[in-house]
Amino acid sequence: MKQLSVAHLLGIKYLTKEDISLIFETANHFKAVINRPIKKVPSLRDITIANLFFENSTRTKLSFELAEKRLSADILNFSAGQSSVKKGETLIDTVNNILSMKVDIIVMRHPNVGAGVFLSKHIDAKIINAGDGAHEHPTQALLDTYSIKEKLGTVKGKKVVIIGDILHSRVALSNIFALQLLGAVVKVCGPTTLIPKYISSLGVTVETNLKKALEWCDVANVLRVQHERMDINYFPSIREYTQLFGIDKQLLDSLGKKIVIMHPGPINRGVEITSDVADSEQSIILNQVENGVAIRMAVIYLLAQQIKK
Amino acid sequence: MAKKTLLNAKDIHIILHRLACQLIENHNDFSNTVLIGLQPRGVFLANRLIQLLQNEYGIVAIKTGQLDITFYRDDFRRRTEPLEANNTTIDFIVEDKKVVFIDDVLYSGRSIRAALTAIQAFGRPASIELLVLIDRRFSRHLPIQPDYKGRQVDVINSEKVTVSWQENETKDAVYIISDN
Repeated sequence: MKQLSVAHLLGIKYLTKEDISLIFETANHFKAVINRPIKKVPSLRDITIANLFFENSTRTKLSFELAEKRLSADILNFSAGQSSVKKGETLIDTVNNILSMKVDIIVMRHPNVGAGVFLSKHIDAKIINAGDGAHEHPTQALLDTYSIKEKLGTVKGKKVVIIGDILHSRVALSNIFALQLLGAVVKVCGPTTLIPKYISSLGVTVETNLKKALEWCDVANVLRVQHERMDINYFPSIREYTQLFGIDKQLLDSLGKKIVIMHPGPINRGVEITSDVADSEQSIILNQVENGVAIRMAVIYLLAQQIKK
Repeated sequence: MAKKTLLNAKDIHIILHRLACQLIENHNDFSNTVLIGLQPRGVFLANRLIQLLQNEYGIVAIKTGQLDITFYRDDFRRRTEPLEANNTTIDFIVEDKKVVFIDDVLYSGRSIRAALTAIQAFGRPASIELLVLIDRRFSRHLPIQPDYKGRQVDVINSEKVTVSWQENETKDAVYIISDN
């Protein structure tokens, strides 16, 4: 009988290979559930989940909410914009107040690195990290690797290049951990100003020529340029970025093979990829979104299983 | 641990034929009937019955499926061991169909309760019947009784009834296992 080796989902770096395959197997079952006429199971009827979003989010929040509803959990939604956080309340106070309402699981997005780990040490509830600063975004990495496995049959031995703003990206870091755990080879590609100095210590190679990177890879995971996290100019202009690191149909077709295109969203169409690439048959961007709900159902279900009655 | 044989391969062979005939009595050509094996162990029994109906009784087009009830159980978080899910394979809608659930042993009736909920995700059936190989009497937690049963047994709660099939173990047999 199988169970996760962790009590919270704080980051991919705490997971084992077995954990990931258990999450994938469970997600397969939930993917079948969400494609039925009635897309819901009653498993989590007596579980309450709070979604605490201290930072803006559309798809992650919707995806978590839908996953929770599909499992029949009761949910509370909280966005920092409209809350007492603005009045100076601390994170622990905010969360303790919510926990007094008898909440079992907390899904949290926070601008500060390690917010989830901090919370898990002070709070008696299951914590799921939905993104902490530029650190980790574990469910995104799980759904990305799950989508690669679904498309290519396996992740092991595949060559994956992550393109764009690696420096500010929690998606990149979690993806690197997950891909390497599952046996993929990872390269990053982007302007040198947006590639962290010590990236090679993770066993990742750097390529600054986009065309070479694409010719090498089986999968290209294209990241968004995160203007909101850039306090200084990391490249001269968007136009220059697009010319050097943007993928258009012509470039895609010039490769000798059909690579898989991924993007965690939201897409800046015409910047990192053009519309015809995003909507091409090589793109699995919308599959990623669908798989996101199944993966999040699996993670929530497996953690809820550990909460004793 | 004592292991007593309740039914041997020959007994099971006779019972399967009787159950197949009883199904034919109520469902004629099975044109509006679907047979649903409950995962994991009811599937073996369902497959046997379908084989019999096709090979011995010439009923060719039988709609069948496999239903997993893991996510519909009422003992989630109440068990010491975590539950492991199996595949559900039902690629049709059961709306207005006559559904027959097939399982190996009927004990508390809680699995069947979960199956009744689970099948709702595939439409509103005209009726649902229950076929089991072994009916453990006097052990029900819920008002659920089988419509077709292979053999009724009286065993105490500490005893276990297990069905082994040629396909997954070595031979067809039903055992009663007790601690002493």
